Amino acid sequence: MSLFERFRHIAALREEFSRVGDNPFNIVIEEALSATEAVVNGRRTILAGTNNYLGLTFDPRCIAAGCEALEHQGTGTTGSRMANGTYAGHLALERELAQFFGCPSAIVFSTGYLANLGILSTLPGAGTPVLLDADSHASIYDGCRLGNGEVIRFRHNDPADLDRRLGRLGERAAGALIVVEGIYSMLGDQAPLTEIVEVKKRHGAYLVVDEAHSLGVLGTGGRGLAEQVGVADEVDFIVGTFSKSLGAVGGFCVSKWPQLEDVRYAMRPYIFTASSSPAVIESTRMALRILEQEGSALRERLWDNAHRLYRGLLELGFSLGPETSPVVAVTLGRSKETALAVWHQLLARGVYVNLVMPPATPGTNCLLRCSLSAAHSRDQVDRIIDAFSSLREQVAAC
Amino acid sequence: MKEQREILPVLIEILQSYAQDPGLVVTEETSLTADLELDSVKLLDLMMEIEDRFDVSIPMNLLPDIHTVGDLAKKLEELVS
Repeated sequence: MSLFERFRHIAALREEFSRVGDNPFNIVIEEALSATEAVVNGRRTILAGTNNYLGLTFDPRCIAAGCEALEHQGTGTTGSRMANGTYAGHLALERELAQFFGCPSAIVFSTGYLANLGILSTLPGAGTPVLLDADSHASIYDGCRLGNGEVIRFRHNDPADLDRRLGRLGERAAGALIVVEGIYSMLGDQAPLTEIVEVKKRHGAYLVVDEAHSLGVLGTGGRGLAEQVGVADEVDFIVGTFSKSLGAVGGFCVSKWPQLEDVRYAMRPYIFTASSSPAVIESTRMALRILEQEGSALRERLWDNAHRLYRGLLELGFSLGPETSPVVAVTLGRSKETALAVWHQLLARGVYVNLVMPPATPGTNCLLRCSLSAAHSRDQVDRIIDAFSSLREQVAAC
Repeated sequence: MKEQREILPVLIEILQSYAQDPGLVVTEETSLTADLELDSVKLLDLMMEIEDRFDVSIPMNLLPDIHTVGDLAKKLEELVS
């Protein structure tokens, strides 16, 4: 059998996509014009399917910090954090992240994916129970697969189900690792963190919260869901990314446990990859500073846009995620062909959103995932709503 | 302690409802992926239902060794005991 036999279904899907038009999973940004606009297929397009929540990708201060690092420190580190790839900037960013979260320890990774891979493949030892929310991001599943923990799923956002599954473990529940996300990327819903913390404390477990989509978005200081609901002290590890609210690329883990510093030297996804380039590190440091100093105003604009889009689409009768969020998911039907057609028509109307198909979606329906930015103008949000409005009939037929 | 012969009929009853082909008769030899046509997500959801029915944890790490209904029944017998 050919090595490529297993990929025939992907080939068939690609062929199907190419018959209809653009492949939604291979869209090309021909020119990025701003945090919210790009040229796609030669057309000026509103970007409503990014994770640029605070709109910092074109902030002149971040760009200047990156340029200066590029000029004075070179294009890349060409090495691992454990060899020649730790520059003063990497350590400064770790100090600043630790300070921002009020934690003694912080580790910077080259991507957010690697942060989850590193922590979840390394922290749980052989047989340590790891309890995952069923709707966890692929990086969480992949991290667990790379490790030796005993992985058990619990029903999405269901603390009672988590409690039951921990209960089945008996004494082994003490020392188990629970993993949840601040905001879930597909539907934009938040974890019931207060209740999850209660369950965690009752069983003596540890808790990891992935704040990838909630950093900069939730909490009075932009630290995420744990800050917003007042349980930051009860969270053992916070994982996050620089590629969303901070507008760069990279990942991190902070912890109230100083022993995280020892874990650093055991994490293969940290050790066996090149470190982030100085330009990325310096633009991230600047973005973190902006988040600390100006985050409140940016969040206000972001949430204003989120409410505007959510309300607008709801009034048009679209089926949306369970709560208002900077991620607004429009639920379609099961037909991939119709979902693809609707996505194409949005793009033709100058609006780019993410098309998500099962099994990447929770459940069996396709989704059009919209995401907002503080940098979107009200006019842009209204144009997104107008584009959806013109497709109401097609969506209803999905 | 439940034995495989007690577990199997309950398991078959649950799995029958997951079969994509309504004409499929689930037996000990039925393959979870090829015959029941369960994709990875459906398989994980099925495991949660079975965990609740038997009040047991089936760690995801065990799944690569479970191919047929019989394999699952055998694994459940070990876990329940």
